[in-house]
Amino acid sequence: MKVFVPLDSAAVALGADRIAEAIVAQGAARGVTVQVVRNGSRGMVWLEPLVEVEVDGVRHGFGPMTLADVPGLFSDLASHPKAIGPVEAHPWMKGQTRLTFARVGVIDPLSLDDYRAHGGLVGLDRARGMTRAEIVAEVTESGLRGRGGAGFPTGIKWKTVSEAAGDQKYIVCNADEGDSATFADRMLMEGDPFCLIEGMAIAGLACGATKGYVYIRSEYPVAIRVMEAAVRIAREAGVLGAAFDMEIRVGAGAYVCGEETSLLNSLEGKRGVVRAKPPLPALQGFLGRPTVVNNVISLASVPVILAKGAAFYKDFGLGRSRGTIPLQIAGNVKYGGLYEVAFGLTLGEIVNGIGGGTASGRPVKAVQVGGPLGAWFPPALFDTPFGYEEFGAKDGLIGHAGLTVADDTVDMLQMARFAMEFCAIESCGKCTPCRIGSTRGVETIDRLARGDASALPILTDLCNTMKFGSLCALGGFTPYPVLSALTHFPDDFARQREAAE
Amino acid sequence: MLDSQDHSDRIAEILEAHQGLEGPLLPILHAVQEAFGYIPEAAVPQIAKALMLSKAEVHGVVSFYHDFRSKPAGRHVLKLCRAEACQTMGADAVADRIKRALGIGWHETTSDGRVTLEPVFCLGLCACGPAAMVDGRLVGRVDESVCAEVAK
Repeated sequence: MKVFVPLDSAAVALGADRIAEAIVAQGAARGVTVQVVRNGSRGMVWLEPLVEVEVDGVRHGFGPMTLADVPGLFSDLASHPKAIGPVEAHPWMKGQTRLTFARVGVIDPLSLDDYRAHGGLVGLDRARGMTRAEIVAEVTESGLRGRGGAGFPTGIKWKTVSEAAGDQKYIVCNADEGDSATFADRMLMEGDPFCLIEGMAIAGLACGATKGYVYIRSEYPVAIRVMEAAVRIAREAGVLGAAFDMEIRVGAGAYVCGEETSLLNSLEGKRGVVRAKPPLPALQGFLGRPTVVNNVISLASVPVILAKGAAFYKDFGLGRSRGTIPLQIAGNVKYGGLYEVAFGLTLGEIVNGIGGGTASGRPVKAVQVGGPLGAWFPPALFDTPFGYEEFGAKDGLIGHAGLTVADDTVDMLQMARFAMEFCAIESCGKCTPCRIGSTRGVETIDRLARGDASALPILTDLCNTMKFGSLCALGGFTPYPVLSALTHFPDDFARQREAAE
Repeated sequence: MLDSQDHSDRIAEILEAHQGLEGPLLPILHAVQEAFGYIPEAAVPQIAKALMLSKAEVHGVVSFYHDFRSKPAGRHVLKLCRAEACQTMGADAVADRIKRALGIGWHETTSDGRVTLEPVFCLGLCACGPAAMVDGRLVGRVDESVCAEVAK
């Protein structure tokens, strides 16, 4: 009997380890030989722990599993109370276009044979037969843009590093996924670590870099463990070696280290303080040498682009947002999880269609798109198509494609205050608009909360100063959640005034 | 409790084990904290000397990052996520109840040294919040019953 129980953090946080132990114990007690594979998550978090049992080559799902549901896996499966049928046929799975996440949840994350059997290493093999310029051109042609949030064309960044002079160049993977509502990097690293390794090895070939680092946040213990094991396995198998090798590094709880220059300082063993640009990291990055800094999903999208060609990838998407995007639907939502799809769905289709509305059953009031530095969108803007430019046109951003759904009990003044408070806690302190502005922002919103309407122009002025005067996106984008809350939910700010009067 | 000679020997071992790394300070500090549960003050000059940095530079790094402690934590460490996705699922109210149950606030340790309560901004469990980490173990859809796990 072959059983899949995810090792993914979300599944584990909901009891997957205990379920796996119980399945083994139950099998032993019944004299049934059970092979338990600890796979990644399929992304249907509301069904976790989602156990799959393979019957005649078809994987049948059961979830959310409790210990009491385990014995039922050893009798008539069709009548199991948690049966969801064949997982691949589930509407959530069928509606997706899984290019980057094709193997996540499917394979044993630490089996290189599994990885190969599911199309792994084809991209790297092809890249090995190409020149640097050809690899860069392929990635540029695919239209892939940085999935970390900035949306900078990946191929252009690679070209700069590839053509830079330097004896030693680096590929640095930014796995400091600190934004609330984002977990795609974590899921990819836990569920398909070799995909990231392959993407980095291809980047190494394209740029003439022989050394890579993955900087993973310390809040991701499972991802760290899986990636470290995968690097060892890849090295033993010769996938990594003299031509390109890599190390896993662990962050230390500083949100700002998700900003690329701050990350580089941290990697060098310094305070995670932001660097002014120029010089660009592409020219003077890690230890002052030419460095590619790419997000996990950007790098993990490269193998499929090389394997199937730029045109294949580019065919998906809309406008200048090409390919697919792993949406992370989170917060107060009925069906939360990861859903990879071509750009272009509307926000409403995502929140209500895929997400099924709120978990609480109350009306959706607002959705924050792009993490703590992203704007809050009201239902009136639910017709906005999911794309970089489309969200920018509505004074928002897609960031790392995380969505936090909130019901009508949310107080938008408090959310705006939290954005400023978070910025004050996490500011690296280098630039004044961020360091001082965030604290003044909390105070100014507190004045509004007390009914002092004269604070309103001060808040908008402060936001403008932060937006245009900050060195990086932490101070520069904190105004997005604040101003969007103010613009779209004026009642939450006005009601406080009336209460005071 | 280790005496200072033991401390310094252990730190020397850690420094030795991290030779040859590019940018070794964070891995060293993680290893020191793993060994002692915090970064002893005496470790700072020893690390500084080995890496040819000033004490101020090492202290600056230790104090910059939320993860590094300057004194030991309680026997248990309970981290509760305060980020937006967890907030929409009632994380603030859960945190308030846990604070009341434990009789402490953020960054505090119960007087019996049993548990330290810390905020964390995102554990990547945003579709099954509120999220928590109990002594390194992840917990989704957490509520105040988690206090039972740090009772001893």
